Parts: sequence; C-alpha cells; structure tokens
Amino acid sequence: MTTATQLLRTPFHSFHLQHKAKMVDFAGWEMPLSYGSIIEEHRHCRASAGFFDVSHMGRLRFTGRHARRFLDTVCTRQVLGMEPGQCRYGIVCNERGGCLDDIIVYCMDESDFLVVCNASNRAKLLAHFAAVKGDMVFKLDDQTESTAMCALQGPKAMDLIAGMSREIPNLKRYRFTQKNLIVVKLIVSRTGYTGEDGVEVILGAGTAQLAMGMFLKNAGQADSVVKPIGLGARDTLRMEAGMPLYGHEIDEDTDPISAGLGFAVKLDKGQDDERAGRFIGQDALQRIAAAGPARKLVGLVLEGRRSARQGMQVKHGNDVVGRVTSGCLSPTLDKPIAMAFVDAPLAELGTSLSVDLGRESANASVTKMPFVSATRS
Amino acid sequence: MSSPSTCRYTDSHEWFHAEGDTVTVGITQFAANELTDITYVGMKPAGTAVSSGASLGEVESVKTTSDIYSALSGTIIEVNAAATSDPSLLNSDPFGKGWLVKLKVSDTSALDRLMDSATYDAKHPVG
Repeated sequence: MTTATQLLRTPFHSFHLQHKAKMVDFAGWEMPLSYGSIIEEHRHCRASAGFFDVSHMGRLRFTGRHARRFLDTVCTRQVLGMEPGQCRYGIVCNERGGCLDDIIVYCMDESDFLVVCNASNRAKLLAHFAAVKGDMVFKLDDQTESTAMCALQGPKAMDLIAGMSREIPNLKRYRFTQKNLIVVKLIVSRTGYTGEDGVEVILGAGTAQLAMGMFLKNAGQADSVVKPIGLGARDTLRMEAGMPLYGHEIDEDTDPISAGLGFAVKLDKGQDDERAGRFIGQDALQRIAAAGPARKLVGLVLEGRRSARQGMQVKHGNDVVGRVTSGCLSPTLDKPIAMAFVDAPLAELGTSLSVDLGRESANASVTKMPFVSATRS
Repeated sequence: MSSPSTCRYTDSHEWFHAEGDTVTVGITQFAANELTDITYVGMKPAGTAVSSGASLGEVESVKTTSDIYSALSGTIIEVNAAATSDPSLLNSDPFGKGWLVKLKVSDTSALDRLMDSATYDAKHPVG
C-alpha cells in the first residue's frame, strides 16, 4: 500500500515485523496494532507482563535558566519544587482551560526537564510553546526521533526487572532513575498506561535493539513471561484502568476538571510561592472549579454484549444527557465498559442511564473507575 | 492464504456461497483480520426479508462496529447460533464455522456480478 506521506518508524520496527504485527498508521507513525489477538495480548498483560513500543510518544527536553518557569507557565501541575528523579502528570491548557495535551514532566534537575507528550499533539505543542515562549531563556530539544521509548507492564514486570537492577524495583510510583549499562543509557520510570505495575524506559534510538535483548529474550515464544502488546490492547487496558486518551476523554474543548483530572491541576498555582507563577488557563479553570462543572466524565458498565463507541448518545429516559468518549468489551470483566461525559447531576455512582447503539439501546449504570485494578503479583 | 473458489465476494468483504436456492453468507479472512478480535455478532432473525444492498446485521470487534450487507434479495432462513455465542469463530474460521446467515433466494444471478476468489484475493491479499 502507498500512503501520501511517509510514516515514521520506531527503532523497534523490525521487531514488530519479525513478530508479525499488523501495522497501522497512528499519528503519522507506523505502529503495531496487534501481533495476533488484541484480547489475548490484553489478558497476557493482566496475567503476566507485556512489552509496549511507545516510541511514537513525543519526548521534548527543556534545559536552561527559564526551563522550569516556562513549564510552570504551560502546565497545570506545579513544576516548581519537583525533585530530580520525580515525574508528574499534568495538562497543557489553552486560555479557555481546554486541553491541548496531557503530559508527563520528568525533573532531571532544576534546569533540565523532559516532557513526554502524545504523538498526535507533538507538532501542536511545539507551535504552542514557541508562541508563548516570550523572552524566557531555555533550549527546547525535540528528542522524539533520536530516542526510543518502551513500557514493560504487568504483575510480573517488576520481578523481571529485579533480575537486572536492585534499584528499579524500589522506585516509588512516578519516580525515575537514570541507568548507565555499559553503552546503554536508560531513563527508567515507574509509570505506565495500563493500570498495572511496571516501568517506562527511554533510551537512545541506536541502542534500542540492544536493550531489547535484555527485556525480550524469549518474547515471541508461546510460554514467555513477556509478550509484545500492540496499540489495540494498550487502548483496552487503559480503558479498564479508567485512564483518559487524548482525542477521546480530553480535547481542546474539554477541561481537565470536568474530565476528572482535578488532581493534575494546581488551581492555586503561584499563591503560596509566586516563583511558580500562573499557568495558561488557570483563570478559566478556577471559574469552572468554583461554579462546578456542568458535565462530568463517568464510567459506565453496559448490559448485554455490545460495545459503546465514541460519539454515541447517553440517555436518561428519553433525554439525551451525554456522549460516549470510549468503549469496548472489557477483556477482563467480559462485559462492555465505556467512559462518557454526562450532565453533572447524573454522574452519581449507580445512576441508571442508557446508551443509544444505533438500532437498539443498552442499559448502563454509572460505575466507579478504574473498572479493573492492578493485578497483584 | 486464498479464499475459497466456490464463493463470490463483495468489496465490503462478504462472501456468498450458493447451493441451489440457499445462499450462505459470511465475512472474509481479510475482513476478520482487519476488524481484529470479533466480540459480538448480531444478525437479523430468521424470517427477515432483506433486499439487495440492505444490512443483514452487525458485527463488532474490539476496534469497531461494522454492518454486513446482502448482495442478494431474499429471506434469512437461519442464523449461525454458534457464531452468535462465540464471535471469535469469525476470526478463527470465517469461511467455515464462522458463517453468519443462510438466505433463501429466488434469483442467484446477482452473484455473477460479484468477484471471484482470484479477483478478490488480488485486491485484498491476506498478509
């Protein structure tokens, strides 16, 4: 097949082909959707461990005198006071409080930060950052294509890593360490997007294949502890974990408060310590928080076997009260789960709603998220 | 892998296999692979009259929901209960155990206008 634009390939590309992945265009990258069965990959990650190529995610390095101040200007979370080795999840907002992207900020030191962003938003963020930089002095280095990134997730992930490092299994959640293994430099963080324990690893593009050997010696074999997991299962895993996906739960017209991401918004930034300054969108988010959001993101469990899809209407009786943002048949629960924005008064747990599936509708109940909690090893 | 030469094929990836005035309908291996893991099969019930180009029902996968279209006018006389209860049959055996419905048709000549297996496979090779 020919495509109009050349797709970017990750340093793990040949690995995907060797493992017979079905490759798809994802945000301009040629990525593995699945290596056979999405449901089997999903279950393997919940039961054992999965390897994910997430090199398509953007990796932007901020260094220099005003790097921290700049990030505090564009990110809802406070960057001031972060310690080296700490990561924080946050949102980059527009003036209206809508989400330009959700990101993770890694603090290397007080003037050196790494931002991991969504592949689909990398160009948009770079333009946004350039537009709001003003006279702040820092260097922004887009390291996306010079580095690789992978994730190892699942109840057996940390046991595997314990065989390679004593330090990494002792990392707390949202902490990272930098490892130098002979010629391979790694940034290893205890983060992920599956709801399972595990790590995400950033390394040089040229050393990715070498590092693979350490993680994935027997990945292709039937009885291997670690198996490669594609974007299909990555999506169903994050849905079960109740984690938002940009373009589904959040976008430029959706604010993080309504989306249940208030924990990632420092509403009073700059109040206790004026060095933090204020962030773009802070005024709007303060107003939304004070008034209370008109709609809220909820989890739904549906009756029957049919999956709700993004854009489907959510009803309360005959009234349209919301819209589905994501949905699938949960491979772990074996029933349909979904996330949806609904009118705030109907966001209470246990509220009976329905989802319009087209020719029929399915009863749905507002359910606590995450739908599935981490498997204990 | 090649599709059975005894079937005829549509651009929307259904196969049709005629035996007398009974035509069995399913989806191709290419379609099953594209849809990924199939999680739901909802065909219209036996007794439903369908016209050419109309939907026979829906198939859902982890990724998407897809209508299944009839290339013939007729009446659904049987729905594959095994596929309804185990939709993964569409992935594992789309030309066999994963068939969807049987139609009673008075005129099968419309099948002659569909693709044969060689034409279909050339257009939609299974990787």
